Amino acid sequence: MKSFVFPEFQIIRDEEKCGQCRGCERQCAFGTHTYDPVADRLISDNYKCVGCQRCVIFCPKDAIEVRPTPSFYRPNASWSREKLEDLKKQAETGGVILTGSGNDKPFRIYWDHIVLNASQVTNPSIDPLREPMELRTFLGAKPDLMDISVKDGDVEIKTSLSPNLVVQTPILFSAMSYGAISYNAFRALATAACKSGTYFNTGEGGLPLEMREEFGRCAIVQVASGRFGIDAEYLNCAQAVEIKVGQGAKPGIGGHLPGEKVSAAVAKTRMIPMGTDAISPAPHHDIYSIEDLAMLISALKEATNYEKPISVKIAAVHNFAAIASGIVRAGADIIAIDGLRGGTGTAPKAIRDNVGIPIELAISSLDRRLRNEGIRNKCSIIAAGGIRCSSDVIKAIALGADAVYIGSAALIAMGCTLCQKCFSNKCNWGICTQDPRLSGRLNVDIASQRLSNLLSAWSHEISEMLGGMGINALESLRGNRDHLRGVGLYEWELDVLGIKGAGE
Amino acid sequence: MPRIRRELYNKEICACSIFGAMNRNGERFTGEGVMLAIANMHVRGNGLGGGFAAYGIYPHYEDYYAFHLMFTGRSLQDKISAKKELDGFLSRNFDVVFDEEIPHRDESTVTDPPLIWRYFVLPKKEGDDAVLADEDYVVSKIMWINTKIENAHVFSSGKNMGCFKGVGYPEDIGEYFMLDELYRAYTWTVHGRFPTNTQAWWGGAHPFSLLDTTVVHNGEISSYGTNRWYLEMYGYACTLQTDTEVIAYAADLLMRRQHLPIEIVAKILAPPIWNAIDRMNDSERRLLTTLRMVYAPLLMNGPFAVIIGQSNRMIGLTDRIRLRPLTAATNGDMFYLSSEEASIRLISPKLDRVWTPNGGEPVIGELNSMRKVLQ
Amino acid sequence: MARAAASQTSIEADHAGDGLAAVEVDATGIQTKELNDRLRELMLSGVRKVNIRNVCGQRYIGTRLYTPEHIKMDIEIFGTPGNDLAAFLYGHKIIVHGNAQDGVGNTMDGGEIVVEGRAGDVLAFSMRGGEIYVRDNCGYRTALHMKEYEDKKPVLVVGGCTQDFLGEYMAGGIVVILNLLGQANKASFIGTGMHGGVIYMRGKVEPHQLGGQVEVSPIDEADRAVLDRYVSRFLERFPEICLSQKEIMQSQFYRLKPKSKRPYSNLYTY
Repeated sequence: MKSFVFPEFQIIRDEEKCGQCRGCERQCAFGTHTYDPVADRLISDNYKCVGCQRCVIFCPKDAIEVRPTPSFYRPNASWSREKLEDLKKQAETGGVILTGSGNDKPFRIYWDHIVLNASQVTNPSIDPLREPMELRTFLGAKPDLMDISVKDGDVEIKTSLSPNLVVQTPILFSAMSYGAISYNAFRALATAACKSGTYFNTGEGGLPLEMREEFGRCAIVQVASGRFGIDAEYLNCAQAVEIKVGQGAKPGIGGHLPGEKVSAAVAKTRMIPMGTDAISPAPHHDIYSIEDLAMLISALKEATNYEKPISVKIAAVHNFAAIASGIVRAGADIIAIDGLRGGTGTAPKAIRDNVGIPIELAISSLDRRLRNEGIRNKCSIIAAGGIRCSSDVIKAIALGADAVYIGSAALIAMGCTLCQKCFSNKCNWGICTQDPRLSGRLNVDIASQRLSNLLSAWSHEISEMLGGMGINALESLRGNRDHLRGVGLYEWELDVLGIKGAGE
Repeated sequence: MPRIRRELYNKEICACSIFGAMNRNGERFTGEGVMLAIANMHVRGNGLGGGFAAYGIYPHYEDYYAFHLMFTGRSLQDKISAKKELDGFLSRNFDVVFDEEIPHRDESTVTDPPLIWRYFVLPKKEGDDAVLADEDYVVSKIMWINTKIENAHVFSSGKNMGCFKGVGYPEDIGEYFMLDELYRAYTWTVHGRFPTNTQAWWGGAHPFSLLDTTVVHNGEISSYGTNRWYLEMYGYACTLQTDTEVIAYAADLLMRRQHLPIEIVAKILAPPIWNAIDRMNDSERRLLTTLRMVYAPLLMNGPFAVIIGQSNRMIGLTDRIRLRPLTAATNGDMFYLSSEEASIRLISPKLDRVWTPNGGEPVIGELNSMRKVLQ
Repeated sequence: MARAAASQTSIEADHAGDGLAAVEVDATGIQTKELNDRLRELMLSGVRKVNIRNVCGQRYIGTRLYTPEHIKMDIEIFGTPGNDLAAFLYGHKIIVHGNAQDGVGNTMDGGEIVVEGRAGDVLAFSMRGGEIYVRDNCGYRTALHMKEYEDKKPVLVVGGCTQDFLGEYMAGGIVVILNLLGQANKASFIGTGMHGGVIYMRGKVEPHQLGGQVEVSPIDEADRAVLDRYVSRFLERFPEICLSQKEIMQSQFYRLKPKSKRPYSNLYTY
């Protein structure tokens, strides 16, 4: 059937600059550029281009420009070019439109409507360059009351403590499975996490055997609905176990790793046959109600000898605060909430763009709910879903989160340009592909250096902003909504966030 | 389900002067000396608040809780009806042994004072309340009065002690309540205030107190929102719109309800920096890491110097990086704490020892029936 | 021509030139502004020596004594002066017979301050010239952002030890900490942000007590000459100290200097 759809991107090549080095041809796995030996020039096929900008960055002569094709349809506020063309594609194929990365639609970004405080006169701001600024955070359950006795100078702590994760900065790497991302990318995340005093999350793809000894000490392993790659050693080599109930990009539905991405190594790690689709069912088929989840949490605590905190990751949807409260009472030490803008390797576009709520509102709502019930101490909250910069992190903490997970941000640090074609297995940046020719482009050392740089830069910025607020320890900002104000928000939004409007 | 409404609380900010004097033998003295001392630091305040806490002032009623009540409101009628409602509540929940208006000098310079009354009471526990300890009962009733009865505020509630405070320079407040004439105490703490919110109100002055714990505070607590959220989970209502409240409630929670000794409490409110903790020996490191992990929301951030008074001790504490000054001094049995040394010298020109304690390390003076002064 | 002790309400100024007898001022019950009014009056009327008795908390003593003619006075303070003693001092000499409070020598430009006792926090903040000698200990944030320019170098000598944040953001000048009172110097965060000047420490400090910008080395001959001069001047001002110059100089001294003039150049990206 002839396709009626325009190319998404157009390639403009400056023929004078181009030296016919054929670098672009080699860089692009989508086959966009081909060399015509007769004409001795490179020919580009706009229809194949996904706009990942790889050839542009790597062209030694800076001869290529790739830009989104303008919409040639008559302007129509309701029928945008995207809506028109998605419809045409479905008419052509009868299929579900797939996409990757996170929600790109113009839902309100609350981070950009929240401003921070700074101290003046009545409370000095603290200079993080010269005075200590403490970002160390403990993630896990805390007791309500401590029983401590002091006798003749000897202190005895009688209360037993739940296991906690210690992070030197409140930013962790979000769950991205080996399979969804390449081995090199996965290893870069693990390396950077260990170097920077934080943790990476294995996602539902398991943890390769050769990485367990070196990287287990900064790993959070996931138990997802497909139960891929889970054995007792996997659970015990890590520092925490996370039950994945849902994720922000595709709440309510399962995951699907296309067979092309299930290479031999992926198959070995996940313990499924090579080349088969790796399907994660929508629900855990042993969790149909909250008491089943309580049972799984207890089972995991048993399996790990009560030495590791158990986390539960849920997507932020309408009544999730009530669900989360139940999860805390079921014994979870950490709740990870993933908002509307969470990323993914593959999801149906309709689900990614329409299901879930913004993480900012979710954090506030959950923090308030747990406090009102008097159980806020029993868990830590990790927030995820479109955290883009250090100011987002600080605002998340002021709204009530203990720490954040970054997914898309980590991939962008390694080179990702959010072209949303992760499901194709042709990631030119080597990040979310299993093709060794492509994944080999991502040098683990350099990529992990980029990630460590990112964490370091954000940590410095967080220190500066904390100091500006007159605070020198992150725990004094957690849930401290007094340091936030809203700008350009409706009253109900201010109510949900629990913050005043600027000037109030 | 009704829509949630956010709370719009206003936090008063103030800079100030603080002073404390304690006779560790329990010998009592009038308020004249501390009034002079705080007047010497007059320039640190702006006349919009002052207050005193005094321990040992009601020896004839030492077994009764001494409630000091403030009835506010625009008109005298408002104050009287608030008192009427409060009287009814008290008689239902307490045995009121004696009550009277707190004596004051009418010709003093303070303006628009509320009606201030004192009641000596014992709990009258009935029904479900019968299982509560006396102090928990008293605290819950106080929280009820302060949140539910309009224009009535309990601002002092310990035994054989009392707070006196209001809008005005502290030396004027002292004069108003005749503290130099009518009362003798073995511990006095004083506060002079410089709030930046011009609509000062009598309840907002320091000290803040709950049972026998009183706090006078110089500085601003930047972790107020976090501290408040945590304390509210334990039933404390932060109604007085001033960040000092959280210090008083934290001290009550940790010391009275959780029975933690003051040295541990100081390490919770003003813990050492992680760099220092990581270098300590195993057992100290384990203790401090545990405290910081469990009680993170009670870390008091921001500049502060506080004097915490209790029946048998007086404690001085500053924030971890000592952004507010505090000088400690001893002279025989007398133990002094002050924002400035000059004020101590004014009433005691000779001193055995003068020093400025390290940030985050408490200076504790106890009645000799307990222990000696700790450095 | 002895001068009568001044009453609270009036002070008679002598004619200019009688520099040997000091004028007595009784500061009992006098507020800061009134006291400083009197000092300035006295100075302008030709008095060059003043003794102020019963000082108790009055602030900024010595601050309002700038004149374009650069008149210099000698002031002796009996009692406890209040905060910001000699702030912006422009060349006078002040001796405190007692303890001082916070802010001594704040942004001092020249002159000399001697404290026969301890000083409080923020001593010698932004000091840009002159000399300060404190016999006993001092508090937090000493010599913060001290600065020098060519041959205008401020000097601070402390006989006891300091508390945290000594020499924070220091940009010039000389600080000598003698630790003579038998207490170990346990200060932390010494020299954070230091980018100029030098601190001489008598006795060792551990690496973890220092900011990242500080490098430590034992003193050399040039340092020794500087120390000799200022230790000797220190001892002249405090004859009650029992140790001799020789005994003090025998101890091990260390020089603390900044590693670079631009300690934070790597932190930012554009």
